Amino acid sequence: MAINTDKNLYTVVFAAIMVIVVGATLAFVASSLSGNIAENQRFEKQQNILYAMGINDNDDESNVNFIPTNQVAEQFKKYITEQLVIEGDKITPDSSAYLLNVKKQQDLVKEGKSGKLPLFIGEKDGKKYYILPMYGKGLWDAIWGYISLDDQMKVVGVYFDHKGETAGLGANLNQRYFMDDFAGENIMKGSKFEGITVFKGNNDPLNERKDDNRVDALAGATITSNGITNMIHATIRLYQPYLETIKAKN
Amino acid sequence: MALLSKKDANLIMDPLADNNPITVQVLGICSALAITAELKASIVMALSVVFVLAMGNVVISLMRNIIPSKIRIIVQLVVVAALVIIVDQVLKAFAYELSKTLSVFVGLIITNCIIMGRFEAFALANGPKRAFWDGIGNAAGYGLILIIVGFFRELLGSGTLMGFKVLGDPITKTGLYALGYENNGFMLLAPMALIVIGIIIWIQRSRNPALIEEN
Repeated sequence: MAINTDKNLYTVVFAAIMVIVVGATLAFVASSLSGNIAENQRFEKQQNILYAMGINDNDDESNVNFIPTNQVAEQFKKYITEQLVIEGDKITPDSSAYLLNVKKQQDLVKEGKSGKLPLFIGEKDGKKYYILPMYGKGLWDAIWGYISLDDQMKVVGVYFDHKGETAGLGANLNQRYFMDDFAGENIMKGSKFEGITVFKGNNDPLNERKDDNRVDALAGATITSNGITNMIHATIRLYQPYLETIKAKN
Repeated sequence: MALLSKKDANLIMDPLADNNPITVQVLGICSALAITAELKASIVMALSVVFVLAMGNVVISLMRNIIPSKIRIIVQLVVVAALVIIVDQVLKAFAYELSKTLSVFVGLIITNCIIMGRFEAFALANGPKRAFWDGIGNAAGYGLILIIVGFFRELLGSGTLMGFKVLGDPITKTGLYALGYENNGFMLLAPMALIVIGIIIWIQRSRNPALIEEN
């Protein structure tokens, strides 16, 4: 070749040009697609919230089927009647509460500062459901989800998701066989807000006992299972003052 | 194979068997252990690597005469990283569901030694067309082993394939489970992936003695 690719100057110039070209390409791709991506993420949140309260397209016993993305905005409007932001003692309606960054806000509250905790009220067949967003730690990375409760604090449904749990083990937290077990459990034990413990020890694999505040753990995923337990407990602690007022009303 | 010359066809067929990146060159073992607990994850990973390796090989091959040799490894890394990010962003915008399944593997693709290995060993010395077929061949050889391992680990470990309960239901005891069969939970852990790969290497070498080194 005519160019001497071993020269230092050439190396530096090549590196500089490469960085500019690659940087510009990535910036262009990211900014031109950011609108689509944000929209997809918004739809996903709506799908997850609806899924937790039992609005989904599940047609068999093994697969998670959300409301299709092209209908979700409409269904979300129909079923989610109220979106609230709880800030200390102040409760305000806010139609974009579902877009709040749950991790950031929950961390603020846990540190004792004022944070905005979103809560969604859904209505289906004349019944009211209270849906709480959750956020916690799994084995490798973040886990999060939604839990929906009725006015007796009984779990109607949950949805979990994760960023990077082990495929085939912890990543199964978003599978039906695990999530379906939560339905019917109660977060109360007597008059105490007990939460639900994801419990190792296979004494109730079919999860027929619904009064023990326990759900059978994920096989081979102890840390993820404990993470889910802690996430549920932490969320219920955060929302306890509000949940008490609902319980008192009914 | 009339589309390809015999030499090009060898570029694809060789890595599938006698020069397989995993079982013969023992590259890319790390991701083969990490993600093969499920067949679906194995297939997704295999397809992603086919795409990234074929594209990356072509890009590196086109630039092979202008890349300064002192920083060639960095250039290769930048090319893989950029490709992977672009793929990830496009999927997030147009195939969101798929991108969620794939997200875990994106980081793993960049660190996959097969990719850097092929850039270094093949793309830097060959034209883009041959580099493309080489990329397809090597990634397919890698994917083939991943899928075989994923198949056995999911079948024996969870009793499912692609999430379908092919052996019956272990909790309500139907199908094979009614006869007292139990899933082997050990299959889901990483050591079993190594053992399955070891068995594949064993079978392959016993069928083709040319692969056995003399020492």
